Formats: sequence, structure tokens, C-alpha cells
Amino acid sequence: MCLAIPGKILSVAGDEPLQRSGRVSFGGVVKEVNLAYVPDAVIGDYVIVHVGFALSKVDEEEARQTFEYLRQMGELEELAAPPGPAAPPLVPKPSH
Amino acid sequence: MKYLDEYRDSAATHRLAAEIKRVTTKPWVIMEVCGGQTHSIVKFGIDELLPPEITLVHGPGCPVCVTPLEIIDRAITIASQPGVIFCSFGDMLRVPGCHSDLLSVKAAGGDVRIVYSPMDAVRIARENPDRQVVFFAVGFETTAPPNAMSVHQAKREGLTNFSILVSHVLVPPAMEAILSSPNCRVQAFLAAGHVCTVMGTTEYEPIAKKYHAPIVVTGFEPVDIMHGVLMVVQQLESGRAEVENQYARSVRKEGNPPAQQIVHEVFRVIPRKWRGIGEIPASGWGLTPEYAAFDAELRFGVADHRADESPECISGLILQGLKKPHECPAFGTRCTPERPLGATMVSSEGACAAYYRYRPPVVAK
Repeated sequence: MCLAIPGKILSVAGDEPLQRSGRVSFGGVVKEVNLAYVPDAVIGDYVIVHVGFALSKVDEEEARQTFEYLRQMGELEELAAPPGPAAPPLVPKPSH
Repeated sequence: MKYLDEYRDSAATHRLAAEIKRVTTKPWVIMEVCGGQTHSIVKFGIDELLPPEITLVHGPGCPVCVTPLEIIDRAITIASQPGVIFCSFGDMLRVPGCHSDLLSVKAAGGDVRIVYSPMDAVRIARENPDRQVVFFAVGFETTAPPNAMSVHQAKREGLTNFSILVSHVLVPPAMEAILSSPNCRVQAFLAAGHVCTVMGTTEYEPIAKKYHAPIVVTGFEPVDIMHGVLMVVQQLESGRAEVENQYARSVRKEGNPPAQQIVHEVFRVIPRKWRGIGEIPASGWGLTPEYAAFDAELRFGVADHRADESPECISGLILQGLKKPHECPAFGTRCTPERPLGATMVSSEGACAAYYRYRPPVVAK
């Protein structure tokens, strides 16, 4: 129920703060989204959208941190041992 | 899709799993709070990548699952009335009440409509001034800002034919109820990333301190969940119990203040009954007196209806992390997603439904 997915703001409409809305692209699928709760989000920003409402603006700097952490971990591993075999792919299980 | 695909990267997920294995020296029990996380864990087999010392138990964070039977019955009563247009998120339609469900009301000619957003229900009310339009406002903190906006907007427009049936619950009181149970085996939490996107993280600090339980606010993709587990295990192994934020690309410490402002204008904290758990004090939201005119329970006179659960269902124990779905004798036999006995089988985010879908019970030949 709390499913929310990131999308990119393509356009913004409405001057009144609570009526602000925009067109948001989710990997090519475009939907009308209420932007009342992300007053500082502008065209080109990524927002996290739940039931037609943007609830936050994605912080690009923070998004990089996870992968920066992984990169550092990888460098440490390479210092300790040669790289092992590639990880098996992560595939969703079939639904029964 | 940006901010989605890279968090499903297999190499990154396995690398984090290897790091968890490296730092784990003792057995630990960790609860993921949110049903979205449960679904992701079972779907991608994330728990199977963890070392055997780590047990993930599945929490109560599925609003469809914990909506009490009596509110489902109230929804069915309202939706069955002539002239009513009853709007709901799709996943509430199959949830059984005592004798029926909303889908059966629709099949019998009731005007039950699935909406994507609560604002769709407001639009339907605007377009149908001679009909009563009711929206089933179910959810945790994540869904409260959209649901609150629907009545806020209806009040601004002076819509007298719109009301909401509220079943809103709050995560922190449920976590406290679990931690204060004498049988509690949960030692740490992955907190729900989208709930905290709205509410922030400060209300979890007294809980982490009081129960000495690490709480890591975590996202929903495999890399997020694995990273959240690693952060929790690092705390457990070093004896720390702090609130940390793995999902910082969406969650700020203060949450979303404009969203909280509307929520607090429309809703006030009240006790709520949780399906499978029972009543928890100050664990939900109801409408404030200023918005009482938009309360569907009052408008349709259904607030007094009560109902009890099936005695065979152990969803209360599952929601508190005391049992796993396979340990229930009714799982997959007398209780299936088509004919659920209780809370955790009714929604795809419920632990029993996720196990049924991705790890079906072995049927004897």
C-alpha cells in the first residue's frame, strides 16, 4: 500500500501552492501528479510519487552515497583478495 | 528507470550480503516493518542470501491487512446503499468482512469504483452532485497526506456529497506494542521508508533508546534492504541502538512539513483496533471535529458496528514476528488468498499471501 516510485517532472502547472500539479514521467509512462507537498520541486527533478501525490524530492547527493559506500567496499576487497566469480543474477521468483 | 534499476543490481546486493556475513558473529532477529519490504524480500529471495544467523520476521506494516473486520463491514454496508458511489484503492475490494466483500457488492449492482488517487474520488463527487460519494481512506502515515488533501479540497469547494471512511493507523505505536510484548523476539527494525518520508525520523529515537533496539529507516529495493540489514547488524554487533537512515535519498530527519501540516489539520490521534492484534492506544488517526461533517461513519450511522475475527487465524502472532506463515495449520489449505481467514492473507503485502505466492506449501502426493 505504501508503494511509491520515482519519476521525473516534465512540466508544472498551477500558481496556488495547494493546487500545484505536474506531468511526471515514470520511465516513459506519463501521469498527472499533485505537487502540493513538494513546493521546491522544479522541472527535471525526480520525485517519489504515491497515489498521485509527490511526497519527496529525490536527493541526488544522498542517492550517490549508497554506491559510493559500495565502491569503497569493493576497493577494500580488491586489496585483500583477487575478484571472485560474478554474482548470479537477481531475478524475481515466479509467482504461483 | 533511474533511482530504481540501480537498486536492483545483483552484484551490489551480493556484495552487501557478503559484508553482512563477514560482520555477523551471533544470531539476530530483525523485523522489517513495511509490507512493501516483506513483498520485496520474499519476491527477490533476499532472506535466502543472508547468513543463517540472521532471521528476518515480517511486521504489521500492511494497512490492508490490519484494517479491522468491523470497518470492512461498515464499508460494505455503506457501499450497498442505493445512490452511493463507493471509491476505494483496488486492494481493499477482495478483503472479506463477516459475510461479504466489496467486490461482491459491486457484482450485485453496487456502484463500487477503484480509484488510483483519493483526488479521483473528489472529482467523481464534483461530477455527481446528486449522489453520495464515499472514499475508503485506508493507510499508514504515507497515505495520510493524499487522503487528508481529499477532504481538505472537498471542504474548500463546499462539496456536501463527499465523505471518507477512515481507517488510518500509525507505525510507531505498533512497534512499541511489539517491543513491549513479554514474548518479543525482535531485536532491531528496518523502519518503513515512505512512512518516514512523510513523518521524519525523530519519533523513533525514544523507541530505540527505551528498548535498546537499533532502527534503520530503509528503502524497498534489494540493494536498499540489504544495506539496511547491514547497518542494523553493524549496530547490533557493536552494542549500539540508534536511529539511522539508509533511505536518505527520500527521507529527511524532519519529514515533509507541508504534508504534516495538512495531515494535522484534518486528522487527530485516536485509539485504533488492528486486525489480528487488537486495540492499541493512540495508534491511528480519525477526523478532527472541524472535519466531522466529512466522516462517512457518522453520515451513514455505521460507527457502532462490531465484529470478531476467526479464532483459527494466527495472523496476530505473525504480525508480531512470533510465528511464520508455514507454521499455521490452515496455511494454504483452509486459508488461501481466494478464501482468506485473516489479516496476513488478504493483501499481496501480507506475509502469508507473499509466502503463498512465492513459496507455496508443499502438497503431499
